[in-house]
Amino acid sequence: MIVDPGFAIVAVAAVDLALLTLLLVVAWQMLQSRQLFAVVMLSGIYSLLSAAFFVSLDAVDVAFTEAAVGAGISTVLMLSAMLLTARREKPLKVGRAPVGLIAVLIVGAALFYASIDMPAFGDPNAPANAYVGQAYVDRTPNEIGVPNIVTAVLASYRGFDTLGETLVVFTAGVAVMLLLGVGSPRGGRAVSDPDAGNQLEGGQAQGGARPERDA
Amino acid sequence: MRDEHLILRVMMKVLFAPIILFAFYVQFHGDYGPGGGFQAGVIFAVAFILHGLIYGVGATRRALPQGALTAMMAVGVFLYAGTGAVTMLLGRNLLAYDALVPNSTHHAGQHYGILVVEFGVGMAVAATMLTIFYHFAGREPEIRDEDW
Repeated sequence: MIVDPGFAIVAVAAVDLALLTLLLVVAWQMLQSRQLFAVVMLSGIYSLLSAAFFVSLDAVDVAFTEAAVGAGISTVLMLSAMLLTARREKPLKVGRAPVGLIAVLIVGAALFYASIDMPAFGDPNAPANAYVGQAYVDRTPNEIGVPNIVTAVLASYRGFDTLGETLVVFTAGVAVMLLLGVGSPRGGRAVSDPDAGNQLEGGQAQGGARPERDA
Repeated sequence: MRDEHLILRVMMKVLFAPIILFAFYVQFHGDYGPGGGFQAGVIFAVAFILHGLIYGVGATRRALPQGALTAMMAVGVFLYAGTGAVTMLLGRNLLAYDALVPNSTHHAGQHYGILVVEFGVGMAVAATMLTIFYHFAGREPEIRDEDW
């Protein structure tokens, strides 16, 4: 199917505008809501919308990661972290609001000013596309032979970086295990807190020793 | 008590295998299309997290115990770093995959190296995500209905 190029440009611009408007609306709703459950759900929607926007920018790999990590895993992790705390955000202290507003306005104005100097989208002479990026595109077919250049850069050219990233993920897992405890009597198991009035059926946690209480 | 979420439970049973299959597709097709170890690991973990959300974390922990996850985390990193060590033992730089299959006409060493390394990343990421989920979600056995 051959699409009129003029129509394609208008259609892409309309989709981009719609996605960006939705992003703004969702972000505003997140600011307004004091209900943590709604905020967590909205942040998942925000990630999904940005993933759609990345697809529209032809950054499929980034979109994939954003959809899986941002919309999927982080939402669930925030949800399970939310269960450990109160369901509502504390009321806002109005007195400090102007300072934050001024700081945001100044930084926002600086970012707008910087965006004037940004190269046009897809500009082949833009620094991001010209030097190293161009070299990867030119050399990957001869040196790596992998159709997906992103994978070639990630796993081969920048293999050492990715090793570091994997180690960071590994360290995060180890840190969570150490902090929340994998072998401790209450670690990873139901916590019974008499003060919360949320007694679980019969002592999963009561049976074991409670060293942090004894200390 | 949990029998009330009948639709969710049935849908979970339908969706579990396709999600795992998709994770493996993303894992091993990363050379040719979008995706790779990080995304595949997360998708793999998502299947088990969905299981945990619907059937309770206790059931998921029985299906895939924490001990196995801890081992997977270590093995994943070991696969990645081990590939680098092997290329060094073969006399090339760290992670110079061409050393794996010398004198190949179609970069077989690069293909094998990327495959192994990405598999290590996928394993480490999947195990880490599930470990974090187990430790956070395991403190409160299930989401009460009034919280939704």
